[in-house]
Amino acid sequence: MENNRREKNVLLDVKNLRTAFYNGDSKMEVVRGIDFTVQKGEILGIVGESGSGKSVMVKSILGIIPNNAKVDAGEIVLDGEHLESLSKKEKRAIRGREIAMIFQDPMTALNPLKKAGDHLVELLVRVRGMKKKEAINEAIELLRMVGIPSPETRVNQYPHEFSGGMRQRVLIAMALACNPKLLIADEPTTALDVTIQAQILELLKKLQKENDMSVVLITHDLGVVATICSRILVMYAGRVMEEGMAHEIFYSPKHPYTKALLNSIPRVDGEKTRLKPIKGSAPSLQTISSGCPFADRCEFAFDKCFKETPEYQSFSSTQKSMCFLAGEGAKVDD
Amino acid sequence: MLKYIFKRIMGAIPLLIIISIICFGLIQLAPYDAVDAMTTPNMSEKTIELIKARYGLDQPAYMQYFYWIKGILSGEWGYSIVTHESISHNLSTRIPNTILLVVPAYILALILSIILGLFSGAKKGKLVDKIIDGYSSFGIAIPSFWLAMILVFIFGYSLNLFPILGMHTIGSEGSFPDLLSHIVLPCTVLTLSFLPELVRYVRSSTIGQLSEDYVMVQQAYGAGATSILFRHVLRNVLLPIITIVGMSLPMLVTGAVVTETVFGWPGIGTYFVTAIRGFDYPIVMAIMLLSSSLVIIGNLVSDILYSIVDPRIKGMGE
Amino acid sequence: MAVKENRKIHKFKTELKRNKTAAFALGFLVLIILVSVFAFLSPYPPNKVDVMNVLQQPNSKHLFGTDELGRDYFTRAIYGGRISLTVGILAMLISTSIGVLVGTVSGYFGGRIDSILMRFVDVISSIPWMILVTVVSIYLTPGLKAIILVIGLFTWMSTARLVRAETLSIKEREYVLYAKSSGQSIRKVIWKHIIPAVLPTFIVASTVSIANAIIMESTLSFLGLGIQQPLSSWGSMLQNAQGSLGNAPYMAILPGLLIVFTVYSFNKMGDVLRAVVEPKTSGK
Repeated sequence: MENNRREKNVLLDVKNLRTAFYNGDSKMEVVRGIDFTVQKGEILGIVGESGSGKSVMVKSILGIIPNNAKVDAGEIVLDGEHLESLSKKEKRAIRGREIAMIFQDPMTALNPLKKAGDHLVELLVRVRGMKKKEAINEAIELLRMVGIPSPETRVNQYPHEFSGGMRQRVLIAMALACNPKLLIADEPTTALDVTIQAQILELLKKLQKENDMSVVLITHDLGVVATICSRILVMYAGRVMEEGMAHEIFYSPKHPYTKALLNSIPRVDGEKTRLKPIKGSAPSLQTISSGCPFADRCEFAFDKCFKETPEYQSFSSTQKSMCFLAGEGAKVDD
Repeated sequence: MLKYIFKRIMGAIPLLIIISIICFGLIQLAPYDAVDAMTTPNMSEKTIELIKARYGLDQPAYMQYFYWIKGILSGEWGYSIVTHESISHNLSTRIPNTILLVVPAYILALILSIILGLFSGAKKGKLVDKIIDGYSSFGIAIPSFWLAMILVFIFGYSLNLFPILGMHTIGSEGSFPDLLSHIVLPCTVLTLSFLPELVRYVRSSTIGQLSEDYVMVQQAYGAGATSILFRHVLRNVLLPIITIVGMSLPMLVTGAVVTETVFGWPGIGTYFVTAIRGFDYPIVMAIMLLSSSLVIIGNLVSDILYSIVDPRIKGMGE
Repeated sequence: MAVKENRKIHKFKTELKRNKTAAFALGFLVLIILVSVFAFLSPYPPNKVDVMNVLQQPNSKHLFGTDELGRDYFTRAIYGGRISLTVGILAMLISTSIGVLVGTVSGYFGGRIDSILMRFVDVISSIPWMILVTVVSIYLTPGLKAIILVIGLFTWMSTARLVRAETLSIKEREYVLYAKSSGQSIRKVIWKHIIPAVLPTFIVASTVSIANAIIMESTLSFLGLGIQQPLSSWGSMLQNAQGSLGNAPYMAILPGLLIVFTVYSFNKMGDVLRAVVEPKTSGK
């Protein structure tokens, strides 16, 4: 019953997505078979260390990966439409209409020689088919919506005249201009000061509610996820390690990697435990052969982990984890 | 903003002074006496002394430098030792000829290079790019005088389409079509010799801009490749070209030395080469002073232009 | 260090395999250098005047014909190549040595030395090279030595700027700071740490510098301000060919093509080396 309702509510359904970089004869698979869904009206957090393939994954969905990368397999269904079978032109029409994206570094994401307003106007004319005059007014309105003070003057300013946080607001305004069903935010707060971070997250949450969008929030920062996400995907080395509702991930994590991640951040509830950094670093994707990708750094790893890739095990209708030990909760729970 | 421009101008002045001292020094080093340019062998000692005194040539070197600078600034550039003609007069008749050749060629090369470079950069790695990039790296290796010789042979000797020498056919000095047919070959050579480097510049600048984040953002919002190229990348590519245009100011004088020589074009280039061959030091130094001053002024102008056009720099002074 | 070098050599090789034109360029350079070295094997002496055979079109006996004095043109082109390459290489040695010296000293010491040297570089760079080089050449007795000196002494400015920038960043690295603070002499620090680190820049600059020197030499010689008779370079051969362009166009073809391919090949090698040295640009 619950499952059925969920399926009807699916906005984006991704199955077995694989993306690799090619350099001459060598191939480096960065996204290694990922399945996930985004529900209508939810904020999904995708968490992972840098190099876990989360950015490339969402860029694969949008079709804006670099020239030397290729999506090798996978099904991407947005609102019933198969994106992977679309032509380049059809796919372009999806971008900016159905899906919009905001990026990590607001400093470089705007054309330095174009006014903030021009970025918006261009988009409004192209995507929403507005007349130029109308678009300018709408641009001012959008800037006001994202909380930029005195938008009438700001609209005529160049990107260098904005602060980092204000630039990110301009980018969010660009996303809103498209009226998308899905907004992908790739590390939207990483390049910003902590106080600004909170403001931007608050803004995203507010806009999501008002416009009834779905948001995919990519970050390496569990703190960010905790603030606004309802559901969380934990990625490692191009795969999903664990997936679940926010409370499941935070209060009953099943995968050793998720636990390690949680242990490496300060607890919000003030409980004083020693922070445990994860030993080692994310694996080079060229060296992964078989077995669990996290085995090398996992404190619970045993022989099997290095030989076989674990299957997913479900723990509730919403939570699943890719680990041999995860089912035997007692062993891993600390 | 004005402060920046003022500072830049102040910075250029010492450079100009040093250049003028070097030129003056080289004239002093040269194995001739400046008075020779104004005297004839049958003048008496006394007349020569008088001329020397009149032009300050009996004064110590540093005083002479000031007289010389004063002369330069008031348009008095001295006389040729060989022909005894006034240098400033000769320069003023020859510079327009050189400009007539260089400016159209440069503008043509600039437009072509923007089109080719943008196209090549946007299609990086594709066949068009390989052809354009291949042309430009080969073009850089072609000496302009050889290119000139090849064109002279093909279009002058073999096909007999264009005249290969000078600016006018004797007797039809005023005729514009005649002038035009004389310009075609040298102008083509110049265009082709300016082109490769400019194409390379525009191409690599385009490639650099296309890898910027803002391009990816535009892609993410569904902008097409053409729209990104012309609405976003083009501006960012054109802006630094202003610098290059400014810095090519000295080309108005020395941009066509070799080409002019091959085609016997009566511009600064031939004037300079004739002076060098005849050890006509005052002319050589005058051209050296003129062209180096233009280099400095060109750099200055391009800096100032850039600061006016680029909104990022414009904002900084405020 | 050895491993690192091997990796660079390996990268150089793969770059050559990947890039056909680069392989061609290297092959051409090796060929032209070998031919120049073994020029004496030609059956015709370069200066042997043969009045019976003047201005002959290319034929089976004289592959590229003869010039207006009946000298075998192919042999002359080979000997011309000797001169052009000699000028290119020697001028490069002078120019890059000065460039590296000025660049490291300026970058390493900074302060007043730096600003004086860089002002000096600014001044010399403000004089257009054609003008500067020709002006200086009239103070010297024209000939091979003069032209090498003139080109070598007045083309080092861009190398100096490059090396200076490189030195500025290298001198802040830990191992150099350590060497400095552990009391090594300045000369030793420069020689043992700075120079090896700027070496890649130096190598790239030098190939491009040879190419430029060859173009400059040919241009000056074409204008009659460079190599003088009885010696000849590709440039002076072209000056000669200009006079008989109407009836002996073949005389303009060979030396010109040789200049183009040689310069192209040196530039291409510069590109390849740059790709090996700076991994960032290798994709371009």
